[in-house]
Amino acid sequence: MIRFLKIIFLFIFISSNALAGSDGDLVLSNKSKSTKDCFEPLNRATFALNQGLDKAILKPVAQGYRSLPAPIKKGTGNVLNNLSTLVTIPNNVLQGDIKLAVINTGRLVVNTTLGILGIFDPASEMGFPKYVKEDYGQTLGAWGVGPGCYLVLPVLGPSSIRDTAGMFVNVMGGDPYYNISVNGNNEFLDGELFAATKMLSGVEFRANNIESLDNLESNSVDFYASVKSLYTQDRENKIKNIQRGSIEVIYNQDGDWEEIDTK
Amino acid sequence: MKRLFIFNLFYIILFTNFNIAYSISPDVFIQSTVNRASQILSENISKEEKINKLKIIAKETVDIRGIGFYSLGSARKNLDDEQKNTYSNLFEHYFLKSFSSRLAEYTNPEIEVKSKQILNNNYTIVNSILIATNERPEVKIDWRVYTKNQDNPLIRDLIIEGLSLARTQKEEFSSILNSNDGNINSLFIILEEFSKN
Repeated sequence: MIRFLKIIFLFIFISSNALAGSDGDLVLSNKSKSTKDCFEPLNRATFALNQGLDKAILKPVAQGYRSLPAPIKKGTGNVLNNLSTLVTIPNNVLQGDIKLAVINTGRLVVNTTLGILGIFDPASEMGFPKYVKEDYGQTLGAWGVGPGCYLVLPVLGPSSIRDTAGMFVNVMGGDPYYNISVNGNNEFLDGELFAATKMLSGVEFRANNIESLDNLESNSVDFYASVKSLYTQDRENKIKNIQRGSIEVIYNQDGDWEEIDTK
Repeated sequence: MKRLFIFNLFYIILFTNFNIAYSISPDVFIQSTVNRASQILSENISKEEKINKLKIIAKETVDIRGIGFYSLGSARKNLDDEQKNTYSNLFEHYFLKSFSSRLAEYTNPEIEVKSKQILNNNYTIVNSILIATNERPEVKIDWRVYTKNQDNPLIRDLIIEGLSLARTQKEEFSSILNSNDGNINSLFIILEEFSKN
């Protein structure tokens, strides 16, 4: 109960802060907000550090992960997705999507039991709708909180003030998996396992994007800016729950295009 | 009067047929363009030859100049004619190298055009999918086709899984200009260096 109150308090605090925001970015409105790069020199330094870590550790590990047999990779991806449902469900509720929260709860129950702790995904085979992850940063965005300044976090990578605040909610009681493993006082789960799970999520993401990121890096004149742009676009789409490839993404850019007429 | 009517009718039919004969539907245009690119990528030729052939296709089907000025954002308004020409040339080299190098990594990609949505007289969005293989999942690709001249549609943007390449390019250039106090010459130098390497 205390944790729940902490989450509510944090959310109210962030939302109020948004209203009284001094940089003019953290304001509540329905319009999409641009992500300012207030800490660019620091962000670029952190980005360089992360690139070093990526080349030395993450990419080689991701390449190793990729060489694992397909069923192991599939099972690992399923388990990580299933665990993420624990954060998605409260966010569905906070965004007022009760129907989806019920569906995702059903998915969690089916996959944890019939799917043997989420290794398999019988829910999808039974016809559950495609699973879409939600997090506290997205919920804040859906509530109208702007992204604030762009941030590059050490190890964790691109983020924003809003999304970082959202991440803190996880460790303040918003992630049931964290609560059980770190504070749960049980013999099966502990903080190390939680950390290992999070690292595995990072490795899986990197393994799925080796070529894309290599390609982007070698063909960018400013790789940092490209990553920032892609992160920002992706978060905008997720907050608006715009399906990938939706026409709404295209309409967002129309004003800029109309100005261009070379003929 | 009757003669005038026949004369007008003749012209209406003539021009209607002319349009039917020469305008290309944006979805057909995209499917034919990707088929041409796909054929090149599946050919048993060197990567260098593939890149050169892809560049020819890009020059014919992509509005490189339009994308270039879009990517420049509001900075384009401050350029004089000479700077605009310099920028257009540099951007074309940069774009062709970047675009063809990215594509040349794929071997025989299968793209299927699914539908099209007309935004207005100037733009149609063509929706397609890059068909999944064992190594990667299906990818949604939308093409922003500039249709002002219906006889010669041109590609202006690729939106891959909701992420616009033109917007990414624009924000990349904006970042370079911001880091160099808006000095366009710094962007020229970076583009020139990229094209040389």
